[in-house]
Amino acid sequence: MNREHLRILLPVLSLGILLAAVFYMQPRAMSYFGLNLLFNLAVPVALATIAQMMILMVNDIDLSIGSFVSFCACVTATFVQTDPVIGYGILFAAILVYAAMGAIIYARGLPAIVVTLGMSFFWSGMAVLVLPSPGGSAPDWLRALMTAKTPILPVAIIAPIVIAVVMHYFVKRSSLGVLLRGVGGNERAVARSGWSVTGLKAFAYGVAALFCVLSGMALVGLATSADANIALRYTLLSIAGVILGGGEFTGGRVSPIGAVIGALTLTLAASFLSFLHLSPDWQIGAQGAILIIVLAVRLVFTRREALV
Amino acid sequence: MNMINKDNNMQPQKRSARDFLELVSGKPWIWAFLAAGATYLATLLVVTNSAGAGALLYAALTFASFSVIVGVGQMFVVTLGPGNVDLSIPATMTLAATLSLKFMATDGALIVPGVLIAIGVGLVCGLFNFSLILLLRIPPIIATLSSSFLFQSLAIWSNRGVRVKPPELLAQFSTGGIFGLPNVALIALLVSVLAWCVLEKTIAGRWVLATGQNKRAARLGGVPVNAVRFVVYVGCAVLAGVAGFVLASFSGGANLNMGTEYMLMSIAVVVIGGSSIAGGNSNVPGIWGAALFMFLIVSMLNSYGLGAGVRLMLTGLIIVSVVVLASKRRHQI
Repeated sequence: MNREHLRILLPVLSLGILLAAVFYMQPRAMSYFGLNLLFNLAVPVALATIAQMMILMVNDIDLSIGSFVSFCACVTATFVQTDPVIGYGILFAAILVYAAMGAIIYARGLPAIVVTLGMSFFWSGMAVLVLPSPGGSAPDWLRALMTAKTPILPVAIIAPIVIAVVMHYFVKRSSLGVLLRGVGGNERAVARSGWSVTGLKAFAYGVAALFCVLSGMALVGLATSADANIALRYTLLSIAGVILGGGEFTGGRVSPIGAVIGALTLTLAASFLSFLHLSPDWQIGAQGAILIIVLAVRLVFTRREALV
Repeated sequence: MNMINKDNNMQPQKRSARDFLELVSGKPWIWAFLAAGATYLATLLVVTNSAGAGALLYAALTFASFSVIVGVGQMFVVTLGPGNVDLSIPATMTLAATLSLKFMATDGALIVPGVLIAIGVGLVCGLFNFSLILLLRIPPIIATLSSSFLFQSLAIWSNRGVRVKPPELLAQFSTGGIFGLPNVALIALLVSVLAWCVLEKTIAGRWVLATGQNKRAARLGGVPVNAVRFVVYVGCAVLAGVAGFVLASFSGGANLNMGTEYMLMSIAVVVIGGSSIAGGNSNVPGIWGAALFMFLIVSMLNSYGLGAGVRLMLTGLIIVSVVVLASKRRHQI
């Protein structure tokens, strides 16, 4: 078992333990319908987590993901539904803005944490402009896609698996993925060997934006309407998801499969509490506690890793 | 350096432009004040009467104070080096304000213990944060993030959506002022002067800077690195507790999302104020300039009669542009 496997073992274990606990308390959750309910909201969270992972991979951090996903959700619930051409145009332009932001952050040596914090205002403002009060409606095909009755496994399980596998091949197996992780590991070395780090960063941010767009669309497909604050929690959830999944803040060490598992774990944590009949006051707190516990356990793992 | 500048200033006109440039390049915090001044003037284009101008300044000083108090704490944390940020400030503020106001239960006689409770909550939050960072070796961003979830839950649980009012006396004090200055601004001024003295004039301040510049070198040089980090994180949480207490007294009670905007604010004032986000190079005056700037932008956009959406958008764009302009170009494209 190499380091890579060891790294993914902990997220898998924590999800497994949590899932076992949920099944133990509520055996009826162990069904097609139950699983769909448990993991339904995990799809947009997983997409947002992948977006955050793309940014962390190139050594930055994005604090605007929540407001950007909200903006995308608002556009989906309004323009994409009424005038698809304009709607997709707006989303495409937003992706370009994101890529440009990545390029500027690198070219001017700016702190990503501050630029993205500033941009979170920008996206919130845009979201309010697009959809001043909660409302809108989901495009029919999106609604149908998110609530499709697929055979054997529900969409809520299939979608995260597809996301994880696709991104695994992109990040871990493609040469572009290696370059992007190289930017996180040692950007100077990548630049010296003749690559444009600016371009690579722009690309990473662009891919992140694409996943945010998908996340916003998935969210609207599930919620059938949107509002400007619909996904603000995603900023913190996505960071927590990447870290839970074995990702690191620096060095381009990330794991797409782990990130998706991390997102599922966080979503499940909320359901777990309601099964415990704990007051919803503690839901956020429990997510924090789970994060701390997993990281504490990881300490044991990393110590062993250091010995290996 | 300062002496030379002073001498040059005495010569009339001739060298003032160059002096100015020298001053600007030597003092990164000048930009924040310039930006704040420009925004203030731009607002005055709309608010023409002189009473309005004074009131605007007064309001700016008041609201900047809360940002300054949390900003000073955040500045010390950021100074510790890359990856050091306290994201639990909003939750700590809310928790401290909720618990202390609940304890006082509008009884003016309990103000002193109330303040102590706010400080105590800050201490406990800071201790918890740092124990996660040191004992569990969790990266500070994630440690403070996950502990903020816990603090937030505690606050929700103890608050139960009720808005507890501050004691009358406290409310009067926090909304009042002396010498034409708001009382909260005086508190913030006191905090920032103390912080300036610590950072610039004491060994402890040098230790913080040294730790931020190179932790390993600092440790080898005999700096008690972990003790420094401990004090900085706990101090930051205590300041957040105090800020929460003052803000709740000022705004007529603690509520659950009172701290939300201070997550961005605390980081933004540090960076716009000219401190390096990579750590090891910080200054206190810039925090005031940036805090005033952040408030004045919002009020400028308000006075132009713009809607909430446009206002948010422009705030974001202006923050980003200031950061872009203030940066020194580092990479060739």
